[in-house]
Amino acid sequence: MIISIASGKGGTGKTTVATNLAVSLGDSCMLLDCDVEEPNAHLFLQPQIEKSETVATFIPIVDEGLCTFCRKCADICRFRAIAVLGKKVLVFPELCHSCGGCLVVCPDKAITAGGRELGVVEWGQGAGVALIQGRLRVGEAMSPPLIKKVRAYADTRRTVIIDAPPGTSCPVIAAMRGVNFVLLVTEPTPFGLHDLQLAVEAVRLLDIPCGLVINRCDMGDDQVRDYARQERLPILLEIPFDRKIAEAYSRGRMIVEEMPEWQEKFRELFGQIKLEILADIWRRERQ
Amino acid sequence: MKIAVTSRGTQLSSEVDPRFGRAAYILIVDMQNMAIEVLDNKENVNAFKGAGIQAATMIADRGAEVLLTGYCGPNAFRTLEAAGIKVGSDTTGTVAEAIEAFINGEIKYTETANAEGHW
Repeated sequence: MIISIASGKGGTGKTTVATNLAVSLGDSCMLLDCDVEEPNAHLFLQPQIEKSETVATFIPIVDEGLCTFCRKCADICRFRAIAVLGKKVLVFPELCHSCGGCLVVCPDKAITAGGRELGVVEWGQGAGVALIQGRLRVGEAMSPPLIKKVRAYADTRRTVIIDAPPGTSCPVIAAMRGVNFVLLVTEPTPFGLHDLQLAVEAVRLLDIPCGLVINRCDMGDDQVRDYARQERLPILLEIPFDRKIAEAYSRGRMIVEEMPEWQEKFRELFGQIKLEILADIWRRERQ
Repeated sequence: MKIAVTSRGTQLSSEVDPRFGRAAYILIVDMQNMAIEVLDNKENVNAFKGAGIQAATMIADRGAEVLLTGYCGPNAFRTLEAAGIKVGSDTTGTVAEAIEAFINGEIKYTETANAEGHW
């Protein structure tokens, strides 16, 4: 089973929920940090990194000796990653989306596969949890291929928890597509609500069941709860705006370390998620 | 010799468009006979990515050897450099004034891009 922890708005508590849930479930689960632009689950799990692999993506390499400058490669590239100027061919690696179209259309076999480094995938074990994290190379703009790579290494016989990046664009979709459940972490503020609505729209497009965690639940207003009621989104856990939690967080400590009684709440959350998945299968069968 | 000038309109009295890749029009002026070709850059204005690369390819295909414009990003500059097109950036005023400055030898050609790339 794969559960993605997403949010829309950044800073709502995705990593807090992901790490605490993973630690509460123990060694039966695996945590994937797919927020590859700034992975931070490791700050809380403090794993020993045991293995690391560099990940690259396809970019074209053009042999001007074989090229007849027909421009078929430049014409097919919607990202303009290849330009042909007279008897010169320019490749812009950072614009390339690795579709391989240029390789296919070249009639002269002048294009071969090269690579652009995307970043690294790292494996480690910390706080009793197996962690796989992606780290995007500084300067790299495209994270979805690295996120997909991190996900490809998941052991799906175990419970897999994905710490997704914020937002609702391609990287988030890459971290949510095909999972069994999306847990959306939000906060009861106008910003929280606004971005939650966008996230819910994205999750519904992907046709994945979802539920909410309201973090800092005792501040702000009731708009998020009203929205959840209207949209029939189950609120599966509420975490208070507690100084003890904030202090622990600022020291890189998890809620369950500071207040072990929370382990039970996170285990209950996991039970609720399983029930929601069951209810969703039931709903689909009746349709 | 042909020079390319980015323009907000189709005439010599039009303002120079400070953008290169997404300029409204690009006027190609043949300095031999002062014939003007107007390139409608509509397609690049709305391009998803790589407008500068495409605009640079377009003016290179038309045989331009000099470009007068406002700002030129790194990818556009690399493409123009490969095509052997000299770039006079920070150009302001009308297209006519830009061409006048070129004839009077007042254009300073840049060695690097003068704008950041977009993501």
